[in-house]
Amino acid sequence: MASLIEEAPRFFSYYNLIFLGQAFAFTALLSLVGCGLGFLIGFVLAVLRNDRIVGFAPLRWFATIYVEIFRRIPFLVKLMVVFFGFQLAGFDASMFAVAATTVALSASAFSAENIRAGLESVHKNQWDAAETMNMGGLTALRRVILPQSWAIIIPPSMTYSVGLVKSTSIASQIGVLELTYAAKILNQKGFSAAICFGTILILYFLLCYPMNLFASHLERRLAPSRHR
Amino acid sequence: MPHLVIDRLSANYGTAPVLQDVSLSVERGEIVSIIGPSGSGKSTLLRVLTGLLKPHAGVVHVAGTQIDYGSAAALRKVRDRFAVVFQQYNLFQNMTALRNVTIAPTIVKKRDAGEVEREARALLEKVGLSHRIEAYPDELSGGQQQRVAIARALALKPEILLLDEVTSALDPELVAEVLDTIRVLAAEGMTMLIVSHEMGFVREISSKVVFMADGKVVEVGPPSQIFDAPQTERCADFVRRILRH
Ligand SMILES: Nc1ncnc2c1ncn2[C@@H]1O[C@H](COP(=O)(O)OP(=O)(O)O)[C@@H](O)[C@H]1O
Ligand SMILES: [Mg+2]
Repeated sequence: MASLIEEAPRFFSYYNLIFLGQAFAFTALLSLVGCGLGFLIGFVLAVLRNDRIVGFAPLRWFATIYVEIFRRIPFLVKLMVVFFGFQLAGFDASMFAVAATTVALSASAFSAENIRAGLESVHKNQWDAAETMNMGGLTALRRVILPQSWAIIIPPSMTYSVGLVKSTSIASQIGVLELTYAAKILNQKGFSAAICFGTILILYFLLCYPMNLFASHLERRLAPSRHR
Repeated sequence: MPHLVIDRLSANYGTAPVLQDVSLSVERGEIVSIIGPSGSGKSTLLRVLTGLLKPHAGVVHVAGTQIDYGSAAALRKVRDRFAVVFQQYNLFQNMTALRNVTIAPTIVKKRDAGEVEREARALLEKVGLSHRIEAYPDELSGGQQQRVAIARALALKPEILLLDEVTSALDPELVAEVLDTIRVLAAEGMTMLIVSHEMGFVREISSKVVFMADGKVVEVGPPSQIFDAPQTERCADFVRRILRH
């Protein structure tokens, strides 16, 4: 403890703070892209997979295959696939862009699965009633099915998102200077592991905690217990 | 010309035949009841009529027009003419009784919200629920939910009302209130196809009774024939068994 206090002024130097700030921004941005874009794409995929909305079977198959494949490949492998994919396409993307794309694609598959499970938790007879009243698939989804699904969709999505924040550290494998990588570098520079990893632990917490608050807020707004 | 003609209709679930050569007709303002053991295809017949299950063979005419169940546009048109009250009510769980009744007329038919709401209130009053307008389905008793479902169906101004065992999920003391509602509709001349196990009610209200078994129409006749002098062994058997308790 005493040594921590002793090395603190040196650790929290101007230079290191900028360094950690940038790493924090990368992690936050990757997480945001993953959760935001991933959820949006996942939502579209879940809708495409739904046979009460999409009548054209090949479209449903495509969405299903995408989801099943992307959920099964390890994150690191996906990262490499996107990395080499960009290279093959002659696309000169930054490592951050590669990492962000991977996070979004990966998150979309998992989100699609969470959302699908949520939609399917609503009794079939709700779709039947909507359909016989001539409500289109998307109208039924928006007015009838989704309001009853949020309570099922939100909790696993949030668990997943928090996990995703942590898994963004794999981006360090292709040289993206996010929090975990930054901590390792500082550690190698001679700072104690306790101060390096203790600091990013707090930073990770600062990132995840608002997400939890946001989730509770969403849950209260979209899925009041009244509608369950 | 009959209001509804079902001509040799067949339907399958997967490969299992569930309806085979079902034919029946309903005149305008007539009430036809379908009875038969559970699993005989009564609900499936209503599902086919409303386009929830594609028929595999046969035709349906509504007011002289043949329905093309393969065409989305034709399906929309026929759904405008039918309204169904499902055995399990199928009320939208995320909406109040009033919203359940107003949603389709406002969202689907794009009618004026104020006018729709006035009508909806009147319909809910007609089914004896004006005091429960703001209640959600899970706050209502089975009988109340069933009556909301009837009000919701009527708000669509259907030509033909399809009722699937609307009383079978109800406690006995609630059955009467739902049947009273149907009697009012009958008196107003609504064309109805009713699946029911309430034999007394069926006898009282229908001009024709259809007995189904194993996906087929086994016997059709006036209630006096079906209940007092059935012509087929199966129908006689069924009626005897059901009237005994
Ligand atoms: N969704 C379904 N999938 C497969 N088979 C079904 C389905 N719904 C009903 N069936 C079968 O179709 C037959 C007729 O069922 P149904 O029309 O519900 O009978 P009823 O309403 O006369 O009790 C039954 O044998 C039932 O098991
Ligand atoms: Mg049934």
